[in-house]
Amino acid sequence: MYDVEEIRHDFPILDRRIGDKRLVYLDNAATSQKPRQVLQALTDYYENHNANIHRGVHRLAEEATAAYEEARLKTASFLGAPDTTGLIFTRGTTEAVNLVAYGWGRKFLGEGDEVVLTEAEHHSNLVPWQLAARATGAKLRFVPILENGTLDMEEAEHLIGPRTKLVGCIHASNVLATINPVERLAELAHANGALMLVDGAQSAPHLPVDVEGLGCDFFACSGHKMLGPTGGGVLWGRPEVLEEMDPFLGGGEMIREVHLHHSTWNDLPYRFEAGTMNVAQAVGLGAAVDYLGGLGMHNVREHERRLGEHAYRRLSEIEGITLYGPESDRTGLVSFSVPDVHPHDLSQLLDEEGIAIRSGHHCAQPLMRRLGVAATARASFYLYNTEEEVDALVEALGRAREFFGAISGVRP
Amino acid sequence: MRELYTQVIMDHYRRPRNRGEIEGADIEEHLLNPLCGDEVTVYAVFDGDRVADVRFDGRGCSISQASASMMTERLMGKSREEAEKEIQGFKAMMVGEEEFPEMDDLAALKGVIQYPSRIKCATLAWTAFQQGLEGEK
Repeated sequence: MYDVEEIRHDFPILDRRIGDKRLVYLDNAATSQKPRQVLQALTDYYENHNANIHRGVHRLAEEATAAYEEARLKTASFLGAPDTTGLIFTRGTTEAVNLVAYGWGRKFLGEGDEVVLTEAEHHSNLVPWQLAARATGAKLRFVPILENGTLDMEEAEHLIGPRTKLVGCIHASNVLATINPVERLAELAHANGALMLVDGAQSAPHLPVDVEGLGCDFFACSGHKMLGPTGGGVLWGRPEVLEEMDPFLGGGEMIREVHLHHSTWNDLPYRFEAGTMNVAQAVGLGAAVDYLGGLGMHNVREHERRLGEHAYRRLSEIEGITLYGPESDRTGLVSFSVPDVHPHDLSQLLDEEGIAIRSGHHCAQPLMRRLGVAATARASFYLYNTEEEVDALVEALGRAREFFGAISGVRP
Repeated sequence: MRELYTQVIMDHYRRPRNRGEIEGADIEEHLLNPLCGDEVTVYAVFDGDRVADVRFDGRGCSISQASASMMTERLMGKSREEAEKEIQGFKAMMVGEEEFPEMDDLAALKGVIQYPSRIKCATLAWTAFQQGLEGEK
């Protein structure tokens, strides 16, 4: 039984007041709040086990290493990875994609090769490929989106061909709430001898994810969007692909033998974890996936699906509003705009009521251009949000429009 | 907070002064606020050293649009040096280093200082004009 009130007790920040209003946190696509269990894991790590990992032979070093590796195992299992060999800790999704664009892209891309992305990519799965393309002479191509915000899969079939070396796609959109058919894209990629990278920043926190089932070669996600601390993210890569890649960052731990003029590399996954890692953050992420696993990702998805539908329905009743993305098969977020109040002004007015939403381009400027807007407002929900909070948003939105209309002489 | 949205700001937002394009202007500077995607283009025509006409175009929040509108009023007729001084003065006001002029529309933007994320909205058009002046040199 999914008891959202019970769940809310685990999140101390949800008791926060903004002025005299209770916080309504609807900016979860940017970052999630953290349950007590994660905060306790961080505190326990620092109070009782903190040491540098993989080196010392003293008790604390052993404990810290064990905690870090246990987090790796938990995270691998949460994502459906067969084992921990391909599970690399990173700072987040951005670093994970950069790791691939650098370690794989710089080595294997060349003139005449193509990387196929989509028009809806977050900058984190676009800019690293622009850099790789610039360095190697490879070309970027983009699967367009249809009017309803879903991918033009017919066009994808034309675009993905013998020149394609990699297909990269967001699993779920941080603007449109679409869930992309990445399994199908992986099939198309593999049929053409290309690799498939899935940017799971907006899926891993919200949907059951199984990297093997998706058929991808790389899967990236950010711990801080899924109840974990900032600074703890993940790249999962198929070990045989990772094995062929160049290192990303050089330094301690990623090496086996170092000479003055050359070095040899450590085994996977350590080869891609140079320097002292964000150990506490990885441990926190381990606690986060424990928490998510305890709730069951199918239950989380179901809760958010209902919230998202409720929000879409309530918001679509508002006169003049534009909602972005498809009507069904959505994740739990809604991007919208109203003609009379700019998203920035709107989020400022909602903040006064304790409601936190996001406004802007959501780090997807090409997509915003495609939608023909400079900015949208976005309310994004998570496992602790309630229908009452959605209703509070809708009501505050009405008040904000009234206020703006009254003061500017334009009726909403 | 709602005092942020003063009548003066809303008036400039809804009825912007000097909004539009100027073809073949001496200054035509486009600027994007990377934080939010808002954009503004500032146009200016000089008669000798004086700003003979200044206009702006773009899309953005009430603060950015109202501030752009106020800027055009403020800079009309000014020499290049005076304009540069006005812009520097305004930016200093927005970081609390200089007082806002009393009995002037600009004073309505004082409330923005409390919201650091919005200061860039207020300075967007001014920075565009400043870059345009630099580009002329």
